[in-house]
Amino acid sequence: MRQITVTVNGEAHAREVEPRLLLIHFLRDELGLTGSHWGCDTSNCGACVVWLDEVPVKSCTVLAVMADGHRVRTVEGLAVGGRLDPVQVGFSECHGLQCGFCTPGMMMTARWLLDRSPDPSPAEIREALSGQVCRCTGYENIVRSVRWAAEHGAGGHEPGEHSGAATGSVPA
Amino acid sequence: MQVPAQVEYEQAASVEHALDLLARSGPEARILAGGHSLIPMMKLRLAQPETLIDINGLSELAFLEVTGDELRIGALTRHAGLLAAAGAGEHFPILHDAERVIADPVVREWGTIGGSLCQADPSEDLSAVFAALRATMVIRHPAGIRTVPAREFFTGPYETVVAPGEILTEIRVAIRPGGGSSYQKVGRRVGDWPVGAAGAALWLDGDVISGTGIGLTAVGARHFVAAEAEEFLRGRPATEENFGRAGQIAAENCQPVSDQRGPAEYKRHLASELTTRALRAALRRAAPRRAGGQRRPGDG
Repeated sequence: MRQITVTVNGEAHAREVEPRLLLIHFLRDELGLTGSHWGCDTSNCGACVVWLDEVPVKSCTVLAVMADGHRVRTVEGLAVGGRLDPVQVGFSECHGLQCGFCTPGMMMTARWLLDRSPDPSPAEIREALSGQVCRCTGYENIVRSVRWAAEHGAGGHEPGEHSGAATGSVPA
Repeated sequence: MQVPAQVEYEQAASVEHALDLLARSGPEARILAGGHSLIPMMKLRLAQPETLIDINGLSELAFLEVTGDELRIGALTRHAGLLAAAGAGEHFPILHDAERVIADPVVREWGTIGGSLCQADPSEDLSAVFAALRATMVIRHPAGIRTVPAREFFTGPYETVVAPGEILTEIRVAIRPGGGSSYQKVGRRVGDWPVGAAGAALWLDGDVISGTGIGLTAVGARHFVAAEAEEFLRGRPATEENFGRAGQIAAENCQPVSDQRGPAEYKRHLASELTTRALRAALRRAAPRRAGGQRRPGDG
């Protein structure tokens, strides 16, 4: 067992874990953050995408111990102070989800894209999300949702700005 | 549910520390970088290391620089980092051709160049790319460093010359004038392994090919190299006819196997066609530089 401390959505969590524990299971089973979905288990589908520090990762292919001392941001950390992120509003406005299973991963990658590229073309959005699968095949509306967010002030956030905003505590 | 077997875990604080941990942990220890090959293999129990030595904190291995006449790529450079490096793509467009089609954007943020090469998967793109570029691999061991040509780095499927107790730390590519390069891949969908792929680098003296490197992916080429096709081209004019013949020779000398991605016959066809296309594109990219002019639109 190994003692780790991971800052998830701005809050530090200390746990003793087996080194073989995957980050997705740490989030869901240890911390009860079930917003991130455990899908294909083979890093193909992208339902489990969360941020590790400033970049999206497929958390079924990262060990929890690799996040020791780092920051993780999950879909639960998208809304700030009870206010939905424009990406979330976009998915709601444009019917960007059907069954909703892929949605957390789609939104985390979309948020990352918009931080780097505030006004992405549909082609750019498709490229950014190309490693994520919607089994309902609702891709058109997913692209529209991300465009909606871009058109409604989703761009221009400083990367990492959100990570600690919910609680105000951001350990270095 | 796929769960890796029990494993010990250490975080390396420096390359020296990683070497020390490797020495102490024995031959069943594995270096953990991006983990996007190793962790899936551990989940399937195809790999069952006793100890993982995490090198993700080693910023000394995450670099990318052009020094004099050499491109140096630290082994911990992420795929996304190489793709974003304008200088690397300017000197060697083959690198960006390949990186654009490796895995997907999210995986490219974590997967590393060194990890891909050490995995030595027969379908892995960068092995053929660096073989085509005649790169040099830098390997650290407790007593110092040794360098190995990329073409001698791969000893078989999933096997390299990196011995227990050693770490691949860097890849070096010599920058020579009059060169062009390209990578051409056919895959079924984003994130899948290629059905087949070919990379070519050309160096020209006037219209004559003074040097060339051809790498093949996923078609059963020894050391990822189309050596007979390279031999054919050397000293010959860079013509469409010779490129076509080189493709045929490359296809005759590889050993693809039929699998769910396609029959061997089709893969052999791809080896030929993609070799020819890669050579053609490499020539296009070399030509403007020979003339001292700008690259034409659409050459990218």
